[in-house]
Amino acid sequence: MAHTTEPTPVVRALYHDDDVLISAVKEIRAAGYQISEVYTPFPVHGLDKAMGLKETRIAMAAFMYGLLGLTVAVTLTWYMMINDWPQNIGGKPNYNWGMNMPAFVPILFELTVFFAAHLMVWTYLVINGLYPGADAQNPDPRTTDDYFMVELPAADGLVDVLKKSGAVEIAEA
Amino acid sequence: MLCPLPLIRLLPNLPPNLTALEDMFVFTSKMKLLAGSLTLVGLVFLLIGFNTDYSSHSAEGHGDAVAHAEDHGAAAHGEAASGAAPTEEAHAEEAHAEEAVVMDAVDEEAEAHESMEHADADHAAVTHEADAHAADAHEGHGATHDLSANRPWAAFLVNSIFFLGIGIGTLFFLAIQYAAQVGWSAGLIRVFEAVAMFVSIPLLGILFLAVTGGMHMHHLWHWMAEGIMDPASANYDPIIAGKEAYLNVPFFTVRTLAYLVIWAGTAYLLRRNSLREDAMPKGQNMFFTQRKLAATFIVLYAVTSSTSAWDWVMSIDTHWFSTLFGWYTFAGMFVTAMTVLNLLVMYLRLNNHLPWINANHQHDLGKFMFAFSVFWTYLWFSQYMLIWYSNIPEEVTYYLPRFKGEYKPLFVMMVAMNFIFPILVLMSRDAKRIFGFIGLAAVFVLAGHWMDHYIMIMPGAVGYDYGFGFAELGGILFYAGLFLWVTLSQLAKAPLKLQNHPMLTESEHFHQ
Repeated sequence: MAHTTEPTPVVRALYHDDDVLISAVKEIRAAGYQISEVYTPFPVHGLDKAMGLKETRIAMAAFMYGLLGLTVAVTLTWYMMINDWPQNIGGKPNYNWGMNMPAFVPILFELTVFFAAHLMVWTYLVINGLYPGADAQNPDPRTTDDYFMVELPAADGLVDVLKKSGAVEIAEA
Repeated sequence: MLCPLPLIRLLPNLPPNLTALEDMFVFTSKMKLLAGSLTLVGLVFLLIGFNTDYSSHSAEGHGDAVAHAEDHGAAAHGEAASGAAPTEEAHAEEAHAEEAVVMDAVDEEAEAHESMEHADADHAAVTHEADAHAADAHEGHGATHDLSANRPWAAFLVNSIFFLGIGIGTLFFLAIQYAAQVGWSAGLIRVFEAVAMFVSIPLLGILFLAVTGGMHMHHLWHWMAEGIMDPASANYDPIIAGKEAYLNVPFFTVRTLAYLVIWAGTAYLLRRNSLREDAMPKGQNMFFTQRKLAATFIVLYAVTSSTSAWDWVMSIDTHWFSTLFGWYTFAGMFVTAMTVLNLLVMYLRLNNHLPWINANHQHDLGKFMFAFSVFWTYLWFSQYMLIWYSNIPEEVTYYLPRFKGEYKPLFVMMVAMNFIFPILVLMSRDAKRIFGFIGLAAVFVLAGHWMDHYIMIMPGAVGYDYGFGFAELGGILFYAGLFLWVTLSQLAKAPLKLQNHPMLTESEHFHQ
């Protein structure tokens, strides 16, 4: 998401309801203003569409991470259990990887999920600037509790549009 | 036109101001013709199928093959210990030299295993088992108990279970919508109801099979064979006799009847209340009645879903048991139902019957189809891996014809169609919103789960006398025609949008 570090003055409008927020975002964009950021205390379904954000590619990344995890698991089980130190466990065939594959499925599954989930979370945090030690980007702490804030560059006539859209508080900074 | 079920005729009629709405679904004469002709052609095929002689294969020794295969897994030592039926063994092995080679490898494993663990008490039981199976092999030669005679009945059971899945899976899903007070699906409840009303028809089909089995017209369920529980009989099987308290014809028939009453009764009550609600003033009274009914049904279904799977499917392989079997069957049925619902909603949307339903709703239905395909695989593999790993003869018998025998190609193809195909086609978010992808995945998943039920039933019921002929195709057409008839006539009976459901607005505004 875009950072608002540029010195241009911004307007921040607070809303008290997620449904009002979504309709307000639609109204503001319909009036021709570009929203730079929305802060919410919880994920609001449909907000990304209302804001016109482009589709996330995290799903494709997760799929790739999953494939990576699967590859690691296959390599790991093959090297440890077949190539390097084959053992007779419960009389199961260990001549090649394929014959012993059913025994490895839990590992294949777990590592696929592990890689997909962990790498996806880290990717998400880094891309959004939420990595550990990053400065909090939160102009108003109330948006972590029960308020929703729309932030956008100041422009003529904007305040009227915001008022009409149901904002409970408008601040220019 | 005659309604297929008297229960359906008891449903309340809606006031004319509701049934005259412009967006009413119409069960066109074209669709009536399609549904009717499918049913009739299916019926004719079924009659041909039931009057075909399938025993020609057994002359080549096919009939014995599976009993033979199961013997080997069940008790590799049994033959030697009891010295049972050497002629039959030789005969079967002659005909199936190829299989014998495959099974030999298994024998070695089983032998090694047994010498360690089955030395004393267990060994006696295993030996008995072999005796019993040898007795089966004996009978395989007689005209009366030829396994191939089960073929049309088994084919009808496969189709009954497959189509039952569509009805009962949807009924369960409908019950969840009320019990969990689901909002997003409120606009689709009429579609769920229409499909759930179909549940009674395959249930009647299974009741027919249960009654004819009890009358010894077929021995689809092995424990129904004559004399199997009688110590004086040559056919006596002590392991099966030990299960007599549960597996006996009167109790079995009563259970089948109980499932029919509980399942079809719930479908009927949910539908009746929903129709009544349409004519009522706005309010939530009926919603909470429905919720109690749905919650009660879910508790009952939690038990009956497992017991019905044991009764109708697992008891075919009477010696074998799996504690996971009920869930495994349920998962297959539920994903079948979700797939059919996806197709039906897609059809209705394409014809502009559901303007209040959008890609978000379809996406959620698609998620169910995707998630339960994975869930089914999870259960399938959980069952398979434990049995493969422990390699105990009494458990591993089940997988010998399926994974080592002739059924292997079907088995592997079925797993691929039910797991790899949906996971690759439906994983992406967009795919669940595009008709082409859903439709493609749906066709494969439906075919895959039909094959799954086929492989669950056929090896135990007919051995290697399987095939795809008039009996199988006839059952599919027969049930498909009835499904279309019941579902579409139910869709046409009431407005496709509930009139007073409290969650309707939420459903219309659903987005993700």
